[in-house]
Amino acid sequence: MTDLPTDLTRATAADLAGALASGAISSVEVTQAHLDRIAAVDGQVHSYLHVDEAGALAQARSIDDRRRAGETLGALAGVPIAVKDVMTTKGLPTTCGSKILEGWIPPYDATVVSKLREAGLPILGKTNMDEFAMGSSTEHSAYGPSHNPWDLDRIPGGSGGGSSSVLASFQAPLATGTDTGGSIRQPAAVTATVGTKPTYGGVSRYGLVALASSLDQAGPCGRTVLDTALLHAVMGGHDPMDSTSIDAPVPPVVEAARAASVKGMRVGVVKELGGEGYQPGVRARFDESVALLEELGAEVVEVSCPNFEYALAAYYLILPSEASSNLAKFDAMRYGMRVLPEGIDAPSAEQVMAATRDAGFGPEVKRRIILGTYALSSGYYDAYYGSAQKVRALIAQDFDNAYAQVDVLVSPTAPTTAFKLGDKLEDPMAMYLNDIATIPANLAGVPGMSIPSGLADEDGLPAGIQILAPATKDERLYSVGAALEAALVDRWGGPILDRAPVLGAAAAKGA
Amino acid sequence: MTTVATDAVMDYDEAMTKFDPVMGLEVHVELHTATKMFCGCPTEFGAEPNSQVCPVCLGLPGALPVVNEKAVESAIRIGLALNCEIAEWCRFARKNYFYPDMPKNFQTSQYDEPIAFEGHLDVELEDGSVYRVEIERAHMEEDTGKSLHIGGATGRIHGADHSLVDYNRAGIPLIEIVTKPMVGAGERAPEVAKAYVSALRDLLRALDVSDVKMEQGSMRCDANVSLRPRVGEPLDEAQLEVPLGTRTETKNVNSLRSVERAVRYEISRHAAILEGGGSILQETRHWHEDTGITTSGRVKSDAEDYRYFPEPDLVPVAPTRETVETLRGTLPEPPGLRRKRLQSDWGYSDLEMRDVVNAGAVELIEETVAVGASAGAAKKWWLGEPSRRANAEGQDIVTYAAGLGLTPAHIAELDGLVAAGRLNDSMARQVLDGVLAGEGTPTAVADARGLELVQDDGALEAAVDKVIEANPDVAAKIRDGKVAAAGALIGQVMKEMKGQADAGKARELILAKLQ
Ligand SMILES: [Zn+2]
Repeated sequence: MTDLPTDLTRATAADLAGALASGAISSVEVTQAHLDRIAAVDGQVHSYLHVDEAGALAQARSIDDRRRAGETLGALAGVPIAVKDVMTTKGLPTTCGSKILEGWIPPYDATVVSKLREAGLPILGKTNMDEFAMGSSTEHSAYGPSHNPWDLDRIPGGSGGGSSSVLASFQAPLATGTDTGGSIRQPAAVTATVGTKPTYGGVSRYGLVALASSLDQAGPCGRTVLDTALLHAVMGGHDPMDSTSIDAPVPPVVEAARAASVKGMRVGVVKELGGEGYQPGVRARFDESVALLEELGAEVVEVSCPNFEYALAAYYLILPSEASSNLAKFDAMRYGMRVLPEGIDAPSAEQVMAATRDAGFGPEVKRRIILGTYALSSGYYDAYYGSAQKVRALIAQDFDNAYAQVDVLVSPTAPTTAFKLGDKLEDPMAMYLNDIATIPANLAGVPGMSIPSGLADEDGLPAGIQILAPATKDERLYSVGAALEAALVDRWGGPILDRAPVLGAAAAKGA
Repeated sequence: MTTVATDAVMDYDEAMTKFDPVMGLEVHVELHTATKMFCGCPTEFGAEPNSQVCPVCLGLPGALPVVNEKAVESAIRIGLALNCEIAEWCRFARKNYFYPDMPKNFQTSQYDEPIAFEGHLDVELEDGSVYRVEIERAHMEEDTGKSLHIGGATGRIHGADHSLVDYNRAGIPLIEIVTKPMVGAGERAPEVAKAYVSALRDLLRALDVSDVKMEQGSMRCDANVSLRPRVGEPLDEAQLEVPLGTRTETKNVNSLRSVERAVRYEISRHAAILEGGGSILQETRHWHEDTGITTSGRVKSDAEDYRYFPEPDLVPVAPTRETVETLRGTLPEPPGLRRKRLQSDWGYSDLEMRDVVNAGAVELIEETVAVGASAGAAKKWWLGEPSRRANAEGQDIVTYAAGLGLTPAHIAELDGLVAAGRLNDSMARQVLDGVLAGEGTPTAVADARGLELVQDDGALEAAVDKVIEANPDVAAKIRDGKVAAAGALIGQVMKEMKGQADAGKARELILAKLQ
């Protein structure tokens, strides 16, 4: 076993799990260390919307007691985790980054959250996100943006920027995410962390506040490929409460991450993802990673997915359409915010609904509800929603054709490194283009992962490489990801996050 | 407050000389599955408000639906019983609109891919003729919650102070059965509408898929009516080719009688408007049971857009042909055929059978015969006092009898007491009164009231002798062969015996002594 660093927050989840299992440390110690770290740095990073100090410590104590009593516990028992605020947590606020859910305390746990609790992972708190997961920067959170630990003036990605910044600032060793068009992978790329969007149906959606039901997929976030695999194994599996959940065991992701081999694998570089619009530094790190894969024994070929060109357009019809319907339930009638319209004596239910939705939803949410309502209206349905579904089928076909030739596909995760807060806020199209490489996987339901590929020369900020695999073959992401990660860390001479700036009071004092 | 009629109506017979009515009926049926359509909540009627709810049927953020397989089976069986095709692959769809009693602000329903389509139901009318109702589709959906509007005069949302919503009903499985336009019924349209709903109710009851209680809302009917100019007889080709007029949809017509009345009223109302040169507004109408009229509801324009799209939270329903055939094997005998078979088994005339059907007593008689009564007696007792009282209470006989605890076994027992000679007819009536009054089983009532025919032939014989002696003239007539005169003596014997004698036996004795 690796020696643990003195600062427990710098340890990997795998190492913490080993030390917890051997009794070298307690879950209360690990959890407290992270709570202290949160107290020290979250004022700068703003990763958390809610910290549950008492709850996390109580869970940690209970795990320590059970371990002392000789119970057999799960692999990650006692390792604390941060949960994206889109997942319902019984007794803990769940806002989805929206004012409209301010003060709502769910009466039930999402299946993923139940699994975390059963596996004994103390929940530190709920992480920030773009409102209802609509965005690539957390700037659309109603509670203010999170900051990128690499440069606090920059975005941590989105919508899961809370989870990515938590990991990059060592405020939790693990976090959960959801990925509708890249919300796990793009934040991982811009913060030099790891994130996986599993095969659609691989992780239960029960208790995830839906953005676009046919695209949403929950997944694990970590700082290493192995940590991410360990969490994937806890989160995944069939759930009878989710009809779209796959009735099969979780793919052997942990074994694959430990094997870390690409020998004999065929790797396809997607021609359409990486040309114009990709930052040179991002492109350079990607090319190096591909070269490394070849050195490690993979056979690299270029493949073409001609219909990916239409992915963004199709995505921005399907997503708003489904979202417009999914978000209809927020109407002030049963839970959440209720606003009475001004100047109306005895308002009707409809007037209260309208006033609440006007006050409770942010501009990006309204934009997409309007888009989706329009795309679904009679007379436009075939031209918009209908055509988008056809494109979706063509993209799935592109993947099928590609996977007939190769085992995995690779591309840069996002076209650029983290941009400055406020840079793209007024230009939705520029913001949407951030997800150009990640969206095809959601449309086709195939799994994808982002791992750090290095720092771009021009700005010294992290870039990510995306690995994609055929549906239900999630383990391939981990074989390739872990092999590449090992080679890169070797080249860097240590984890890339060691190069990130020092945060917190210690930094201020110059210690 | 009663609603005041403001609409002009044309005399029905006059309307029929000028117009040809076309109907379309949409019937919603709540399935009586143990759990709701998409969650595990119970479906029992009448529970504490909001006690049968969970994150799924309350539409809480994050909750997801899972299809109730039993409900799908029921839907397929209904489709098969209506002679429909069953889809090999179909999806649910979201019907989007805002209303406080709909937790998600969309209803999970089916749109262009119904589970069952293209069927028919043959409906027997009162004169024995058959009208074939073409079925367009039967699809699955979930019920909404129930709003209760407090304050205001009408109990409707308009003018109410506030509203309460009970979500116990939200998510209960519904099957919506939609007919094709029902043409060619002519002046019998209201009767056809009632007969269809009645036949559908019998069919669903026989399938054992629903309580089909219109008064509790487990079966609800919306009636579409339109008129077109009359150019010939209802079934003339020229008449059938006349384009359909604008329709109105009368909502929630919740009894068989109301179906007939509402259709009839709308025909007369449309006729008056059209005759006066006006045009029909495409709208929903509210039916008022008390006054027998409809009033304007929501205007339904083509602009109403539910933005249907396939429900992405559910996987398609794809019943294998094997499953469909297995379910076909579970279908009961069609009610029409079954009725014919029972009529022949029971030896009833057409008229007698119609009385039994109209009284809703077919099942009761069947069960009564099964536990030993004769068909004649079963009909006589059920259609007598119990039926009369049920009518007076405005209840159907099955519900009424169940409420009083009167069972087929009771009737069979009563018939047994008569057949065994313990009770005569008038005593049996008294016993039934006692059973209806909750005094116990027929035997217990007879015991408690001391009702028993005198079995002692000595006492009867003495009475006969006494009466013959007191009436020498009548006795002489009988001796001369005028047997009919015995009636007068029997009456006196019964009086002598205080009713506790078998009149048949008395007659036998009198004749034996005088012939
Ligand atoms: Zn429920």
